Amino acid sequence: MSERRIRVLIAKPGLDGHDRGAKVVARALRDAGMEVIYTGLRQTPEMIAESALQEDVDVIGLSILSGAHMALVPRVFDLLKQNKQEDVKVFVGGIIPDEDVSKLLEMGVVGVYGPGTLTDDIVKDIEQKVRSRSKTN
Amino acid sequence: MSLTASVLEGNRLALARLLTQVENNTPEGREALSELFPYTGKAHLIGVTGAPGTGKSSLVNQLARFFRQQEEDTQSTDLTRRVGIVAVDPSSPFTGGAILGDRVRMRDLVGDSGVFIRSMASRGSLGGLAHTTGGIVQALDAAGFEVILIETVGAGQAEVDIARLAHTTLVVEAPGLGDDIQAIKAGILEIADILVINKADRPGVESTERALRSMLQLAYPVSHIFLNHEKLHHGLNPEFTNQSGETIITDKMIWNPPIVKTIATEGNGVRDLASLISQHYEFLQKTGEWERRELARLQSELNSLLQETLVDRWKSSIAPEEYELVLQSLFRHDISPWQAVEVLLSGMKK
Repeated sequence: MSERRIRVLIAKPGLDGHDRGAKVVARALRDAGMEVIYTGLRQTPEMIAESALQEDVDVIGLSILSGAHMALVPRVFDLLKQNKQEDVKVFVGGIIPDEDVSKLLEMGVVGVYGPGTLTDDIVKDIEQKVRSRSKTN
Repeated sequence: MSLTASVLEGNRLALARLLTQVENNTPEGREALSELFPYTGKAHLIGVTGAPGTGKSSLVNQLARFFRQQEEDTQSTDLTRRVGIVAVDPSSPFTGGAILGDRVRMRDLVGDSGVFIRSMASRGSLGGLAHTTGGIVQALDAAGFEVILIETVGAGQAEVDIARLAHTTLVVEAPGLGDDIQAIKAGILEIADILVINKADRPGVESTERALRSMLQLAYPVSHIFLNHEKLHHGLNPEFTNQSGETIITDKMIWNPPIVKTIATEGNGVRDLASLISQHYEFLQKTGEWERRELARLQSELNSLLQETLVDRWKSSIAPEEYELVLQSLFRHDISPWQAVEVLLSGMKK
């Protein structure tokens, strides 16, 4: 029987070595029944885009605590576009200053989840965004 | 252009999307696999199995690197080969979710267009692979990957499906995981074409090697055709014939699984392991074992598809209420499970 599960890539771009948050989110998404591809620390945008392509994911979650989000996130979007994967939803977690949140959302990030976000909210958000994606397909 | 045509042309996004269809067992996926089937059967399928944490992913990473680097290696006569990797991790039995973490150890392979890695969740399958892993492998084979490394979930003693799928099965052990009694039990060690003791820099490596060696010495050499646990079909000659109808002269040569020690994180022993893999490939080719394994694999695939299809067909022929009634009388112990089956199946013939 056919079965469609939401596939999520959780990646940590950049050089900070703190992946607790990424793991907590990965685990929460797993418990919500999603298939989470976890790629580990210190990924380049190129590595992330390539993994997203090979794994044909619906969603990418980027965990960034280094402050480099304004450099890394646009690069990920560029590469997704190059690979014709513009329909993949991207969310960002970590430490993002308030004034950058709106900029990221303008770029096309579907959600920015800082410290204290309830994992249930992230799950609901992703489920809803992915459902709207499959409608447009 | 159709999805299959793009896949055959080497379009990676098309391949990724096809793999999703195959994994989800959609009608489109099944149709595409049928279109691609004539292009399959060329790849060398290498299974990598073993207990969780023995270093399967790291070994797969190193092997794939080695296969890709042979190009620059003038000593080697082998041409560089494109490598597909299928890595299976377990699904939660409760939520169906999964963490697929094998890529963490395979970061060296990113950026190489001759490598394609796909992670998949086991989705309730208990044999160490997912139900659709065979289909994923076929798609990669058709897409022109000459070597396909298949990493199972962390396996215990009985997850032996990989031996049915792969031509060459590596069983990865690490020091400190059990004594010589573990080593003589049936199951996972038995399916090894090559035994790998990874983490060979850890203490206890000598006793692990001794246990495995004595296991091999006790063993009566057996041919590694996977036994289908059903009787062979009438008329199917156990002396196999090849595609042109000639009986394959089977050499009495038996492959004795060699033991190789590796330290996957540093790449030690990987060259030896790769050369054993190519020796095993030659052995399979020369002795006709390759064709026997292909036949056994296709037979088991055919049988499981038959089962699946028959059950689906039966389900659509029976009213859910009727099934529920039978289940209730079974629950009241009015009829036995065997009687319930008879009632339900005779209902179908009506």
